[in-house]
Amino acid sequence: MLGFAVKTERDQLVKEAMVARGGTILQVEHERDLLCISVEKEALHDVLGVLRDDFGFGSLTTLCGMHFPGEELELSVVYHLHNMREGHRIRVKSRTAMDHPEFRTAVDLWPAANWMERETWDFFGIRFAGHPNLKRILNMEDFPAFPLRKDYPLEDPTRQDKDDSFFGR
Amino acid sequence: MKQPQRPNFWQRDLVEGKDLRELTTLNLGPTHPATHGIFQNVLTLDGEIILDTEQTIGYIHRAFEKIAERRPFYQIPTLTDRMNYCSAPINNMGWHMTMEKLCGIELPKRAQYMRVVVMELARIADHIICNTIIGQDAGATTPFLYVYQWREKIYDIYEEICGARLTTNMGRIGGWQRDWNPLVWERIGGILKDLPPVLKEFEKMLVRNRIFMDRTVNCGPLSGERALAYGFTGPNLRACGVDYDVRVADPYSSYEEFDFVIPVGQSGDTYDRFMVRQQEMWESLSIIRQALDKLDAMTDKTSIHADVPDWMLPPKEEVYSAMEPLIWHFKIVMGETDVPAGEIYHCVEGGNGELGFYLVSDGGRTPFRLHLRRPCFIYYQAFPEMIKGSMLSDAILTMSSMNVIAGELDA
Repeated sequence: MLGFAVKTERDQLVKEAMVARGGTILQVEHERDLLCISVEKEALHDVLGVLRDDFGFGSLTTLCGMHFPGEELELSVVYHLHNMREGHRIRVKSRTAMDHPEFRTAVDLWPAANWMERETWDFFGIRFAGHPNLKRILNMEDFPAFPLRKDYPLEDPTRQDKDDSFFGR
Repeated sequence: MKQPQRPNFWQRDLVEGKDLRELTTLNLGPTHPATHGIFQNVLTLDGEIILDTEQTIGYIHRAFEKIAERRPFYQIPTLTDRMNYCSAPINNMGWHMTMEKLCGIELPKRAQYMRVVVMELARIADHIICNTIIGQDAGATTPFLYVYQWREKIYDIYEEICGARLTTNMGRIGGWQRDWNPLVWERIGGILKDLPPVLKEFEKMLVRNRIFMDRTVNCGPLSGERALAYGFTGPNLRACGVDYDVRVADPYSSYEEFDFVIPVGQSGDTYDRFMVRQQEMWESLSIIRQALDKLDAMTDKTSIHADVPDWMLPPKEEVYSAMEPLIWHFKIVMGETDVPAGEIYHCVEGGNGELGFYLVSDGGRTPFRLHLRRPCFIYYQAFPEMIKGSMLSDAILTMSSMNVIAGELDA
């Protein structure tokens, strides 16, 4: 299948370019669906800019946070970029420690990042330096927690009448 | 005595260093009949000209991403159909396909074509809702009451397939829960026969209607570049002239075998968005016809799901009468099916754009993380830019033509 071959060739190109950037790229892997690179926090904005300008990843598809409790770098952001013209997607990840969860904003690259970053702040408490209006978006403004972190309980923890240790996680 | 000059209504004239404009702050929403959903816009108006907009969303946020982290994979479709409830089957199928991609399940062709049929029906229902509401907000009540009947008829088909009309929870991971009965096929035939004349009437009423065109042409326009920067997808992006459609760019469920056109607009205004949706309904009808032809030509008339006993519930008669099926039934319902660890991004062309599922599985019984890419959450942030400087009534039309669904916006 021609389309697939071109796709992997392009993936190879992106991969080589990213590896050539040396220390900033931590890991390049081909996850089962698309090319995935892990980037150091300080280099993230730089790498996103290169991907947008030199590799045509003109659309930011999603941006979301992740929480890995107990690990050294607990919080993570995941960007899915899309090159619509050539039909490529790439996943860019970066991680940060809990004591200073801050990345540089991507609003200057894609205006679409505005609400996505607000959502990530709202649910994970990850700040984005340089964001024009970083406040909660879906939860109320005086909400006391960051609810998508793993330590935030889904159910009321004071409830005694329900034992669901057999269900869910 | 020198009389102060009256400020020109249209300009921000300063008279003797003082801004004499009387600005109004208007709350449009949260519950306003014209917003068609629960979200708020705080408008700053100069007369009837919109100067600024502050959007507030989240009124029906239900934390689906958090709930999904505690639910077996089998129970998540019920969350997805509460997102874009105007085209719930597309969301359901999108989730099933995400799981199938993760587990490496390949569906038989017949089941894939059946999915195509139901997804295109859902797209028609979604576009009927959006386009008739544009008519309604422009003052044409008739289509909203008349064409809407066919959305109900499409819901009759859903009801016959799965028992529900709005929140469908249709299909299963790995295929369909049961084969469609003859009434379903008959009703699909009825839609194919009866809907085209109605759509023609609808178009006759609005497409070259002077009043409608005056209201919608150049109302809330956006350029293709801005639309891409704002992450637009779906009919709204195509109305701006960008021919991106997930069904063509990343075909799923055998869409590559179908022959259809991606309609595009030029100026990205309300009229173009209306026309793109209108044209997409015709394309959807054509896709359904092609799918029915393919199904007719197939020798396989029975297979409805892949051979995945881990996901398909055994027949109820056996569950009630034999031990082994009973055990399987409980195993599936309690979410004890093994799932490989890994990350998947899968997207489908939803009613209003690219609906994406980013699923991270650690091999447990529930997702480690499920992020939902809701198209209208992403494109609704362009709304202030689209309506700045226009009239209040244009803002209403722009909003309804963007097809913002509160359930999807807030997840």
